[in-house]
Amino acid sequence: MKNRIREARPHMTRNEGLIFERSSAGKCGADLPPLDVPALPAEEVLGADLTRTEIAGFPEVSELEVVRHFTRLSTWNYGVDTGLYPLGSCTMKYNPRINEAVARLEGLATDHPFAPESLVQGCLKVLFETARCLKEITGMDALSLQPAAGAQGELTGILMIRAWQAERGNPRKYVLIPDSAHGTNPASVTISGYEVRNLKSNSLGCVDLADLDRAMTEEVAGLMLTIPNTVGIFDSQIRRIAELVHAKGGLVYMDGANLNALVGVTRPADFGVDVMHLNLHKTFSTPHGGGGPGSGPVAVKKSLEPYLPAPVVEMDAKGKYRLNYDRPKSIGRVRAFYGNFGMAVRALAYILANGPEGLRQTTEDAVLNANYLMSGLKDVYELPYDQPCMHECVFSDRRQAARGVRTGDIAKRLIDYGFHPYTTSFPLIVSGALMIEPTESASKEELDAFIDALRSIAEEIEEDPQLVLKAPHTTRITRLDEATAARKPVLRWKP
Amino acid sequence: MRYLPNSSADRAAMLQATGHKRIEELFSQIPPELQCRGPLNLPGPLSEQEILEFFRELAAQSSREYVSLLGAGSYTHYRPVVIDTLLSRGEFFTAYTPYQPEIAQGTLQAMFEFQTLMAQLTGMDVCNASLYDGSTATTEAVLMALRVTRRRRVLLARTVHPEHRQVLATYLRHQGFELREVPYSSSGQVDGAQLESAMNDQTAAVVIQSPNFLGTLEPARDVAEIAHRHGALLVVSVTEPLSLALTKPPSDADIVCGEAQSFGVPVSFGGPYAGFLAAKELYLRQMPGRLVGQTVDTEGHRGFVLTLATREQHIRREKATSNICTNQSLCALAVTIYLCLLGKQGLRKLAEQNLAKAHYAARQLRGVPGAATPFSGPHFNEFVVRVPEDAEGLLEELLRKKIVGGLHLERFYPELKNHLLVCVTETISKAALDRMVDVYHGFVTNPKLTAQRT
Repeated sequence: MKNRIREARPHMTRNEGLIFERSSAGKCGADLPPLDVPALPAEEVLGADLTRTEIAGFPEVSELEVVRHFTRLSTWNYGVDTGLYPLGSCTMKYNPRINEAVARLEGLATDHPFAPESLVQGCLKVLFETARCLKEITGMDALSLQPAAGAQGELTGILMIRAWQAERGNPRKYVLIPDSAHGTNPASVTISGYEVRNLKSNSLGCVDLADLDRAMTEEVAGLMLTIPNTVGIFDSQIRRIAELVHAKGGLVYMDGANLNALVGVTRPADFGVDVMHLNLHKTFSTPHGGGGPGSGPVAVKKSLEPYLPAPVVEMDAKGKYRLNYDRPKSIGRVRAFYGNFGMAVRALAYILANGPEGLRQTTEDAVLNANYLMSGLKDVYELPYDQPCMHECVFSDRRQAARGVRTGDIAKRLIDYGFHPYTTSFPLIVSGALMIEPTESASKEELDAFIDALRSIAEEIEEDPQLVLKAPHTTRITRLDEATAARKPVLRWKP
Repeated sequence: MRYLPNSSADRAAMLQATGHKRIEELFSQIPPELQCRGPLNLPGPLSEQEILEFFRELAAQSSREYVSLLGAGSYTHYRPVVIDTLLSRGEFFTAYTPYQPEIAQGTLQAMFEFQTLMAQLTGMDVCNASLYDGSTATTEAVLMALRVTRRRRVLLARTVHPEHRQVLATYLRHQGFELREVPYSSSGQVDGAQLESAMNDQTAAVVIQSPNFLGTLEPARDVAEIAHRHGALLVVSVTEPLSLALTKPPSDADIVCGEAQSFGVPVSFGGPYAGFLAAKELYLRQMPGRLVGQTVDTEGHRGFVLTLATREQHIRREKATSNICTNQSLCALAVTIYLCLLGKQGLRKLAEQNLAKAHYAARQLRGVPGAATPFSGPHFNEFVVRVPEDAEGLLEELLRKKIVGGLHLERFYPELKNHLLVCVTETISKAALDRMVDVYHGFVTNPKLTAQRT
């Protein structure tokens, strides 16, 4: 490996071009049934001025070429199905195939959102039951599945806090966010018309109570807190934190991105959380899909229920499901229709497959796996917060940085060992963070191999840092020139 | 639990390695009074067979036996089998956002192709790698126009999808922006004179949808002229992008956004879908959402990366162009596969079929005594039909014949009582359309039915 092996890639499986480069005139990968009404020239109804003659540059390929093209592309990806994918804060767990099968059932996959309610009772029941299960898991009183992803859940939740505060006479000005928070938190707060005030973390990576006490004034609408936090620690002061916020008339928002550490063990409603979002694509096994679709339901306490986005799904006395649009205090709509319904189907299938015992076992395994990894690595990589972790552990690259190798380089070298890297350089409060979340889906065997790989890389850094600095060596392409990509953006193919 | 790979022996060995005796010790950070005392009150565990049975039963309580003439922002088109075959490759659907490009070239190249296809289709220079859906894409487009112009006022055609308008209102409400709606004229298009008089030097954007919620194509070029004369941007939303295979793209717009669900994404009771936002290159740095760019590796091979991330929330935090983190990669992949399959010729033929069928239906309905298609502007596969009375009764009669007859527009436009929005795609046969027309005829002429209604 020390003398670079050049990737050989003469065959198309390693060298598939863009679909546009495979195109030649006259080919088509789909046929239509014969038209059973009189044909109608477009110019006749639209007028020559409105009619398009062709879509310049559009591909023309056969069905087989499409199948091969995307199959080849897929082999250049690494997924949870390939192996351990320990991306911290992303919860890359197994995506059960039964979820995919039921989401594609005719009826569930084909019902129209504006079809009469009497014809979509099955879909409405999915939404109702998913909400019921998620309320039980969080202990919260009401829930909306409308937000399309976690960040939209945050926005929805903060808008509800705003509505609650406004009804009490003053929406207030600020929202408090710890410096360990995910970047979507401050961005969502800004769109909600608030200013962000950052809270410093203490030496344990938790909220500094004195700092919170100083910052929490009657100009502050609420606090946004990730529980467990982004260094994988459950802040045991949580009740005290909520009391401090409530005492000054603020509300507590919980970013539920890390809920995989808590299901069946503890319920956010009991912490003093007023509103939270969940990520169905993290905790509830819906696939990440290469970057979406996700789903970010928002759960609230009774006091915030009137502000939920409309409509909400209800069941009447006869057991019929209906959509209630009569929500005069609602913050409004955040997405068309009822959210990412297909993700609710998958999440419900996951909850049913597990049952209460399975969900608790899942949580325990996720936490055990993270602690096992931490024990296997903490003598080699610096552990800034040395205490048992929850679902993820965070190391610093400080020792390796002394040899000129940073977390991003170690991540690239892990690829050569056959693993997807961990999350690099986040959270920002840890210098050169290696944020590792194995999830419950990692077997002991795979965790052992991962520990060996990271220990081996630490040795390589001592002996031959260049080997790591130039990694990966085994992939189809080497490191990419990201600076040029940003300086001279090429964002589409042109003939 | 069948998804969990560790045995009890594995767990015991791992716990020992952590220096703990009981699993509860790992949860000692959680104060005891906050820990659950018993199991959650949830159904399950269910075997795979039971799960399938459960959902099959729900799927049976659906509209799947019905012919549906609903569109209104969510379109039923035939989905070639190849789409799900390819989407089901685990390397695609179990991958995360492509933050490690060396092992994510599959997703990245496909998204680059998505961006190219959507730019070609919309007549714009660049397109992002997708957004949540059409409603949020329209909202993001407006926020972008507000940033570009540094103005504070938005004019929104009332013919934009009502739920998209509601989402936009939610997002703008607390940022101090003014949102004003512009009415439509007798052609079913935005009223040019009203628009002109509503413009001023604080107007950041004019937002129209084409085809609009009434199915009518908007005169984008004329609206662009008005917007640009006042220094505002034109945002054109497209919720039925198949129309772009037959109609001139809105190249006079500054931002073209909307919903790509039509292209191979299931109707799925409203989501997940694939929003998109395309724009002129001039405004690239104000675009929201992920962008994939082409570059080279250290040996000069072509490769793709997420780029221009300095616009995004994980770098810029509260100063980001949007709070959006994810895109809708898998839905955008479905769109990409669909457009590659149909290609230049197939997509055009498909659009021609939609046009012919919808116009056939409209023609037949105009032959029903008392029925009319009141808006004179050109339409693609969706149109408005007005019936003399009792549209609700007509819809019920259609339901009895296993036809979902369309959307009663009164729900969103009180003045459009007895106006139905009807969508006809390639999935509706002539026989079904004729059956629908027969029900109309029977309904307006059958005195017994009329008597029942009164």
